[in-house]
Amino acid sequence: MIREFGLIDVMYLIAAARWTIALTAVAFAGSAVLGLALAILRILPIAPLRWFSATYIQLVQGTPLLVWLFLIFFGLPLAGISVNPWIAAAVAFSVYGSAFLGEIWRGALTSIARTQWEAGASLGLSLAEQLRYVIIPQSIRIAIPPTVGFLVQLIKNTSLAAVIGFVELTREGQLTAAGTYKPFAVYITVACIYFAMCFPLTQWSRSLERKLDVAR
Amino acid sequence: MSLVEIQDVSKSYGTNQVLKGVSLDIAKGEVVAVIGRSGSGKSTLLRCVNGLEPVQAGTIRVNGVKVNDPATDLRRLRQEVGIVFQSFNLFPHLSVADNITLAPRVVKKQRPDEARAVAREVLARVGLEDKLDAYPAQLSGGQQQRVAIARSLAMRPKLMLFDEVTSALDPELTGEVLKVLESVAQEGMTMILVTHEMGFARRFGSRVVFMHEGRIHEEGQAAAVLAEPKTPELKTFLSAVLH
Ligand SMILES: Nc1ncnc2c1ncn2[C@@H]1O[C@H](COP(=O)(O)OP(=O)(O)OP(=O)(O)O)[C@@H](O)[C@H]1O
Ligand SMILES: [Mg+2]
Repeated sequence: MIREFGLIDVMYLIAAARWTIALTAVAFAGSAVLGLALAILRILPIAPLRWFSATYIQLVQGTPLLVWLFLIFFGLPLAGISVNPWIAAAVAFSVYGSAFLGEIWRGALTSIARTQWEAGASLGLSLAEQLRYVIIPQSIRIAIPPTVGFLVQLIKNTSLAAVIGFVELTREGQLTAAGTYKPFAVYITVACIYFAMCFPLTQWSRSLERKLDVAR
Repeated sequence: MSLVEIQDVSKSYGTNQVLKGVSLDIAKGEVVAVIGRSGSGKSTLLRCVNGLEPVQAGTIRVNGVKVNDPATDLRRLRQEVGIVFQSFNLFPHLSVADNITLAPRVVKKQRPDEARAVAREVLARVGLEDKLDAYPAQLSGGQQQRVAIARSLAMRPKLMLFDEVTSALDPELTGEVLKVLESVAQEGMTMILVTHEMGFARRFGSRVVFMHEGRIHEEGQAAAVLAEPKTPELKTFLSAVLH
């Protein structure tokens, strides 16, 4: 039964974009928590922790995201751990994203001059306090543009979750295209929805950068 | 008892021995000026005193507490030892008030209003009470350095270390910083200051220490040492800095 591509389909696509946003949000949160830990481990003066973090980042960055999705979705059940597409996607994207955020944030942290650490240490701040009050706040400004860049990539990459049966914007687009035989119109709509999600983010990043610049 | 006791301290960076058996005792309330050529180890000595740099041999005690001992709580020690750097090293993301109150709040657990009162007081001492809410980037170099001194004072240290605190400043701005140093010295603060300001060393340094190639080459009462250097190295150094 071939139906027309109409307003109702557009509504369905927009509704499916919710899942794109939800997966992005969960994946970003997971990536951020893990990534911050990785970034901090990378700059601590404790060699084994640095190596661990560096190896993790190298390993994850050197493997395709798709493989992580398959590994977790099809691999874990073989080990007796059953996962639904949601959990598999959230875990895979968190693992993948943490390596990128870890690297981005490590760069931001190390871009702060050593003298700032020393000034903090000289006032009696512990290493954790130096990080929290002196180093991290200053590196945020540097980290924001690449972090938002990462977030935009993440939004687009969540479309890969379609392969393990996670229905988000792209998967819904595929289904709609198959039902209507209007792939061009459908995918243009899908592209517009992705753009509508990503564009405000880059604008927001720019305005934040400007604001933070003024505060200096 | 001396406030600072430095005994036979040696320090190397890799194979480069920077301090070669330095010994120096400083009494409470003394102002010691450390002079010497670039690379003679002046900054390194200061950084060893507050434990920013480890030493390979010898001992450093501040107020009886051994600095180079793994059991020593460096955090505690550093509350008693302030250091001011050539490049100010203010926290650029924090206002003047927050620069000054950060360590009192976080390290000494002062209440915010209490810490702010201290900030006002120390800022008044450096003549910048109107800059409480300014950001470092809005201040001149001289003002930034005075804020850095105020930040240090707010911790109520027993000893203050100054590493060429006027060297990064234009000549017109060094005067205001030297005035602050003078008043801190007059209030009885124990100070070790690395300086190229011989005039200042002469007036306020109760003692001058001349470092040369990682050793204390000559030391004594400021006026005497500067007027009648005994070693040829100090003579050469003095004639170079006084042109
Ligand atoms: N972090 C470091 N790593 C390796 N070598 C260092 C380090 N810091 C200082 N040095 C070396 O130690 C020696 C003494 O340096 P120091 O900074 O103590 O000299 P200084 O007397 O303060 O000189 P200046 O008047 O130029 O400040 C120099 O040869 C310097 O190259
Ligand atoms: Mg120096």
